[in-house]
Amino acid sequence: MSSIPSPIPVLSPLRMQRHPRAVVVLTVALLFAGGGLMMHAESQIQVLGLLAAFLVMFAIADRTPLGQDISAICGDYSGFANGVAFVCALGLIVVFRGEHYTLLMLATVALFSTACIALNLQLAFAGIANFAGAAFFVLGSYTAAVMTAYAGIPHLLILVVSGIVTGAIGVILLLPVLRTRGHYAALVTIAFGLLLRSLLEVNDTLGGPQGMKIKGFSILGLDFNRVSSIGPWDVSFYLPYAVLSICIFAVAFTLIRRIERSWIGIALDAVRSDETAASVFGLSIARWKVVAFLIGNAVIGVAGAVYGMMNGFVTPNGSGLGDSLLMLSIIVLGGLGNFWGAVVAAMVILVIPEKLQAIQEFRLLIFALLVLAILLFRPSGILPRPIRDLSRFIGRPGAGA
Amino acid sequence: MDVGILAQQLFNGLMLGVIYAMIAVGFSLFFGVLDVIKFSHGDVVTVGAFSSLGAVGLAGGLVALPPVLALASGIAAAVTIGALAGVIIGRVLVLPLRHAPGVNVLLATLMAGTVLREAIRLGVPNGGNPKPFPALLPGGVIKAGSFSVGVDSVMILAAGLLLVLGTHLLITRTRFGLAIRAVAQDGEVARLSGIDFQTVVLGTFALGSALAAFAGCMLGLYYREINFNMGVLLGIIGFASAVVGGLGSMLGPIIGGFLFAGVQTLVVVALPVSSAYKDVIAFAAIIILIAIFPTGLIAERRSERV
Repeated sequence: MSSIPSPIPVLSPLRMQRHPRAVVVLTVALLFAGGGLMMHAESQIQVLGLLAAFLVMFAIADRTPLGQDISAICGDYSGFANGVAFVCALGLIVVFRGEHYTLLMLATVALFSTACIALNLQLAFAGIANFAGAAFFVLGSYTAAVMTAYAGIPHLLILVVSGIVTGAIGVILLLPVLRTRGHYAALVTIAFGLLLRSLLEVNDTLGGPQGMKIKGFSILGLDFNRVSSIGPWDVSFYLPYAVLSICIFAVAFTLIRRIERSWIGIALDAVRSDETAASVFGLSIARWKVVAFLIGNAVIGVAGAVYGMMNGFVTPNGSGLGDSLLMLSIIVLGGLGNFWGAVVAAMVILVIPEKLQAIQEFRLLIFALLVLAILLFRPSGILPRPIRDLSRFIGRPGAGA
Repeated sequence: MDVGILAQQLFNGLMLGVIYAMIAVGFSLFFGVLDVIKFSHGDVVTVGAFSSLGAVGLAGGLVALPPVLALASGIAAAVTIGALAGVIIGRVLVLPLRHAPGVNVLLATLMAGTVLREAIRLGVPNGGNPKPFPALLPGGVIKAGSFSVGVDSVMILAAGLLLVLGTHLLITRTRFGLAIRAVAQDGEVARLSGIDFQTVVLGTFALGSALAAFAGCMLGLYYREINFNMGVLLGIIGFASAVVGGLGSMLGPIIGGFLFAGVQTLVVVALPVSSAYKDVIAFAAIIILIAIFPTGLIAERRSERV
């Protein structure tokens, strides 16, 4: 922490430390307000202005002592910060309750962030390169499409089954290459993504290139697509989807964060960083890789199922290698292993091309170049994953058992 | 089945095999010298095909060239630009990331491939659609019973086989090949013996990429049509062939390439309904073959420093 008194009295380090929770609330609320404005913005100038503001904020957080203090406080109170973020996200939904497009963007960002957190579990923690993220996502949508065709299956069960299907297919793919090390998982997942895409395009029972229609989500007799008002307010029918997406994001976030913080996370770190050493310590490399891959793909499948139900249709288009690479770009830009970084990057990668029509056509090229620059010059990403700090468990009297 | 059709399919299989082998050799060479997988290799094939198309079009637009000279300019452009692309990717991306985690190299080269692909799609006029490739080789058909094959196809096949053989001789018989093998065996000792590591590595990238670019040129001449994303499938098949044959060896990827082409042709012949499912079968074959031969027919060297 810097000991130089800050010229700004409100933000002096001393005050910040006295009211850390207030600092966290203000920071998170500011970020979400910016994100909400970005999703809502209509003119290109507004979007560019917000992007510039975001870059300035990032530079402050990264380079100035004040920003570093704020980041450190948010890191210390991460659980509290996550709770505040959840409330802020719900707050955004309330604010934009009638705006179809903004809510659709919000839900899309939430669902893709969910998928990217799952990819983080696979790539950043377990070290398995999954180059078929978008394919598993679309597979989740197709599973939902096939199952909603039968009335009478509870839709919550459909989400679960979508997760099971994508998880199981992922494991079937991974098992044969577990005996090897290196790039074979990458090869097999790329081949699977392309296989799925060409299969979906030529298979008539699954709708071919036109894809399939999907019925909207309904739970306990509440059909999400028919929602038009809550109490006195007129709301968009995307509102329940946005709430559902954010809840799914929250569940996935909590689950994978718990995994990271538990001994499973430590085992995954060991397996990733040195397979030989990990196996010497009795860790089963294959088991942990399968576990991470299974959970990751299941989460991606669930997110894909909700996304499909929200849009009402699914086509093979989103399942290509380019889309999977876009998902990986999100987690590389956000910093491998950094969940909130992935959310910010998902905002940037999903929302900006929608808003700036000029770059829509060039988005793959631009993001590919951006990822190359990051890999070369800042390999840990824009927001690196914090180093696991176990020092509070050791060296303290009575802490060890 | 008719012998003529069988021979026809055999010829198709050989053609595919030689193209796959030319791509797979590159993967094996890069893996040999640097222990990296360069996933942008498939898109170098596309770069080669489009460079030769561009050169032929450009030269033809300025002066009316006889087909032989047009072909020569096309091949020269493909090989030069392909080799250059390989060297640039090697120098700018692969060498600096050599000590980074393997996943980073993988991602970086995949992204480099995306950059090449998108640059072609956006940079070439109407680049999103398939492009016709001019017929530059002499026409004429060789017939034997019900078997018929174009003279141009035979020439393409012969050129490919000669190039693969030439690369093999280059690796096994020349000083440069010796240097490549030395670096592949142990980079540090090779450096101690006075071999310029970077030159050899970049030379290897140039060699492998030139082969791939030539393969792209051959594909254009054979199928008369090229496409900005044809490199994705070819890159993956090339890599899978190299893995199945044995990464790091010279003969392995050639065998792997022909094996792949054999499987693909066989399935197309055996299952007549499957023409729409051709790509599906190719990808399924990749996954199944990798599952069966994860370390290759000719196994990798298994020395590992801990």
